[in-house]
Amino acid sequence: MSQVKVGISDLNVVRAPDTLVTYALGSCVGICLYDANTKIAGLSHIMLPSSKEMTNMKTEIYKYADTAIVALLQKMQSMGARQIYLKAKIAGGAQMFNGNSNSSLSRIGQRNVAAVKAELARLRIPIIAEDTGKNYGRTLYLDASDGSMRIKSVNRGEWVW
Amino acid sequence: MSLQNYGDLQENTMYLDVLREIGNIGSGNAASALSSMLSRFINIQVPKINIMDYNQVAENFGGPETLMVGLLLCLSGDVNGMMMFLMQEEFAHVTINSLLGSDLEDMSQMGEMEESAMKEVGNIMAASYINAIATLTNLKINITVPDICTDMVGALLSVPAIHYANISDQMIFIENQIDTEAEDEGGQHTGSHVLMIPDVESLNKIMASLGIAL
Repeated sequence: MSQVKVGISDLNVVRAPDTLVTYALGSCVGICLYDANTKIAGLSHIMLPSSKEMTNMKTEIYKYADTAIVALLQKMQSMGARQIYLKAKIAGGAQMFNGNSNSSLSRIGQRNVAAVKAELARLRIPIIAEDTGKNYGRTLYLDASDGSMRIKSVNRGEWVW
Repeated sequence: MSLQNYGDLQENTMYLDVLREIGNIGSGNAASALSSMLSRFINIQVPKINIMDYNQVAENFGGPETLMVGLLLCLSGDVNGMMMFLMQEEFAHVTINSLLGSDLEDMSQMGEMEESAMKEVGNIMAASYINAIATLTNLKINITVPDICTDMVGALLSVPAIHYANISDQMIFIENQIDTEAEDEGGQHTGSHVLMIPDVESLNKIMASLGIAL
């Protein structure tokens, strides 16, 4: 059994009994997709809601909610997962700094979460667990053997969804 | 020619020297402000100019899950960007305890008073840093009131990373390390980092106002 790391604006897919991990989600959102039949798990770590807002020409599809989730889905399907069996769990989207003074930064976490939910709804993938918002960082582990999402935080301990 | 992206910068050692000097002047002022506030010796190190991928940034500060106290403020006016102070826990304790005469041992004890004190320290340090740069370059730079957060450094850094994510896959920051001696442990050092994160346009303005041909 090995642990596969997913970086910032990155995604990866594993089979049981491997685990996926992404460290220190702040305002970014981690999206876990799991097919319990084939025990295939995928994890994506997005930074921004929409690639349509992007100002440069170079497209980084793993960075945006609207493009990364589709890419993750395709990668899982190519490994044998089926879309109708997929269930999603999402975490992150915190507001790390109060942001009273920094309006450009405020609510990016919430906007990320909203974009992820809209995209999953469009793909008809149900969200069965969610640990989003608030004001603290989260490390996310996704276990491909049972699809459980374990969240670790600095001040608030650990829990499993 | 003007700088289009951070990659252009890496190729020209003179630009890097200029930024290093800016970091030196800025953090020299910030450190002496801190030193006089706390009446302690503060050591500063030669600044580093880092141009790196988001994923590398957190590694630079001991890995994404390292607990740190972060202060974040925004720059506007002629120079746009952000400043971030990242403090090791011990450094934050030393700062608070010498300022308030308290004996805080752990960050969970940090109340409103302590947070407010930390923000004020950040405010004074950032103002000294930016003031020095503004005087040097003759540019007008405004700073916002700092926000504070104690968490995994990776999560703290996601905020400036997201801010720049639309423009670039890399982040540039002028990094200064500031150390002081820990409270009881006989001269053990504890550190903090001052990051100045300018956007590309502002880099061009800084270079132009210093008379550096681009």
